Amino acid sequence: MSRHVLSVTVRDQPGVLVRIAGLFARRGFNIESLSVAQSEVPGQSRTTFVVSGDDPTIEQVEKQLNKLIDVISVVDHTHAAAVDRELMLIKVRVRSPEERVEIRQIAQDFRARIVDVSRSALIFELTGDEGKVDAFIEQMRPFGITELIRTGRVALSRTAASTNRASHPTQAPAVARAS
Amino acid sequence: MTGSEVVMRLLERHGVEVVFGHPGGAIMPIYDALYDSPIRHVLVRHEQAGAHMADAYYRASGKVGVCFATSGPGATNLVTGLATAMLDSSAVVAITGNVPSGLIGTDAFQEADVYGITGPITKHNFLVKDVRELPRVLTEAFHIATTGRPGPVLVDITKDVQQATFEGSLEAEVDLPGYKPTLVGHAGQVKRAAEAVRAAERPLMIVGGGAQCAADEVVAFAERTGIPVTTTLMGIGAFPAGSEQALGMPGMHGTVTANRAISHCDLILAAGMRFDDRVTGKISRFAPNATVVHIDIDPAEISKLVRAHVPVVGDLRDVLPRLGAELGRLDVGPWREQLAAWKARYPERYETGETLASQEVLELLRQASGGDCIVTTEVGQHQMFAARLFPTSRPRSFVTSGGLGTMGFGLPAAIGAAMARPGETVVCVAGDGSVQMNVQELATLYKLQLPVVIAILNNGMLGMVRQWQELFHAQRYSEVYLADSNPDFAKLAEAYGIEGHNVFDRADAEARIAEAFAAKKPVLLNFFVYEAEKVFPMVPAGAGVDEMILGDQEAPEAPREPVVSA
Ligand SMILES: Cc1ncc(C[n+]2csc(CCOP(=O)(O)OP(=O)(O)O)c2C)c(N)n1
Ligand SMILES: [Mg+2]
Repeated sequence: MSRHVLSVTVRDQPGVLVRIAGLFARRGFNIESLSVAQSEVPGQSRTTFVVSGDDPTIEQVEKQLNKLIDVISVVDHTHAAAVDRELMLIKVRVRSPEERVEIRQIAQDFRARIVDVSRSALIFELTGDEGKVDAFIEQMRPFGITELIRTGRVALSRTAASTNRASHPTQAPAVARAS
Repeated sequence: MTGSEVVMRLLERHGVEVVFGHPGGAIMPIYDALYDSPIRHVLVRHEQAGAHMADAYYRASGKVGVCFATSGPGATNLVTGLATAMLDSSAVVAITGNVPSGLIGTDAFQEADVYGITGPITKHNFLVKDVRELPRVLTEAFHIATTGRPGPVLVDITKDVQQATFEGSLEAEVDLPGYKPTLVGHAGQVKRAAEAVRAAERPLMIVGGGAQCAADEVVAFAERTGIPVTTTLMGIGAFPAGSEQALGMPGMHGTVTANRAISHCDLILAAGMRFDDRVTGKISRFAPNATVVHIDIDPAEISKLVRAHVPVVGDLRDVLPRLGAELGRLDVGPWREQLAAWKARYPERYETGETLASQEVLELLRQASGGDCIVTTEVGQHQMFAARLFPTSRPRSFVTSGGLGTMGFGLPAAIGAAMARPGETVVCVAGDGSVQMNVQELATLYKLQLPVVIAILNNGMLGMVRQWQELFHAQRYSEVYLADSNPDFAKLAEAYGIEGHNVFDRADAEARIAEAFAAKKPVLLNFFVYEAEKVFPMVPAGAGVDEMILGDQEAPEAPREPVVSA
């Protein structure tokens, strides 16, 4: 079992997410996180999935995604150079002025931005890779986390080309993987 | 021009000659446009049957089948038919009406989320809420259904779109950046496949439903190389069953020879098949010694269940001739002798007596047909017997629900196949259980007066379920008995205006079959057959193909010999 970050470029068609979600559910694939937004090409969205599974499972995930007519390309960032980030909003309880100082100090170390201040709470915005986000949560836990929300990971490959180009599974990847 | 007229013009442009359908409120504008169209319409008595007819029309002809249904219950009735077509990769375009777009999502009268419901059981589907999209959507629907791995496509069209005025061109470009089927096999992979096949001493070719469009190429390849061939249920007819190289069907109810060949071979050349569990049995015991070369047009089928050592994505019509060109005659003499010996030792065996045996009836039908008819089947024991005793020698001529195993498929399929191949006789091999699931189509058949012989192998039972209960549920026969309440099928046929006969013995069977083939019109023959027959050999669910129960297929003179893998 390993975790894979997949960038899936899709046509903006009604129901395209339902198709993808249905495919995952029907075939028993595990989605850990999913984020969707428009890409730089009008009419196309880029979705980032974090899925876990063994290699044959991930190979099936990619092939089955590629079979969906509205899926334009599937790129697995796991073995390629890629950057991935996650955004979190987190509300932390503040009980005393001393705590406030302490929390702000930690937030500064993480480069978390304060986006809302009240007498009894602070809301931070934090961007980073998954490890950084997780670590910040751990640091805040002792103070009391009222609520938090994470976008899930989004990723881009470091290569110059766009992952949007219509790349359907040609022989090459299937061959490379199986032999 | 209205949206409905756009639909009919586009169907005409795509060469559609016949539509199978049933009208209703939300599709009435399209039926109004149909009234003026040269396209023929077959009025079915249940939309499920319309989908099966369209499906069988494609399977028998290679031309896309089209069906119509209204919104809500009409469309939901299509569901089983679409799922059947999906699992057997059949090119169907289903057009459904829906409530006006302003009412979508309001639980309007006869509204169902047909787009949502049919997504998982179609290759693709569309919901059209703007008349300007119609030419593109319909063009794409036909393109998707018929290219790559074929499959059903549903186009749901709201009623206001059907009534709207359309201005513009009916020409439309296919705009599908995410859809580019790979047709041409990768040269390096074809070479690697050839090397693997050449290196094998005991190669075996398994031909599936994907080969129905490539029968010439399969035959040419097999003749050139001398490789033995087993055809799955879906592959029947893609390689002639009578050939010396043919081993019959593999899998759960396959022949001893085909299953032993799988256990003993050192290479499998899988062509247009997908290692269904009914073929493989327990995967870990499937072809343990074999290198697997898998040719398929759908990359997702490769290494899905059985790891392919040499995958080749492409159309068999491209790959097989190129692979053949790399290979000459294979040195498979000793292997072929071994297979011939098994074939001789395990011929099809069954007991006959006063009561007709299903197998006996099928042999009589095959003899009477002279190998020159289309066979459709329902689902159950009779289907497996038909696959073994009444396989056709031509492609696209054995029409059966393999993947979904849909009872109720056979009778409508016979109508669809007969429409696809005018003048050819169709034999529908049916069970007394299955045939009742779409028996209302006798009316459609009567109306069309097609040369269809319905042969019911009437064992008074849900025989296949009974067989499992006998073997695996301690003879606890739960809810499988039909005989006490079956209709008189001959009279039922007559009620629909179709000639029907009850047949009890061999002499009568021979005579009735001869008459039925000569009649060139619908005839129903209700054969009362032995009720406790079992289909043997059988690989129990979850067992390996080397763990066949031979049952009465065991040669009586031979000592009981366990089937062992190499
Ligand atoms: C729609 C549907 N329901 C249930 C089944 C399960 N099933 C498979 S075979 C069978 C018995 C079929 O009986 P019959 O048509 O009389 O054929 P026989 O096995 O007796 O030849 C049943 C119930 C099925 N395949 N399809
Ligand atoms: Mg029966």
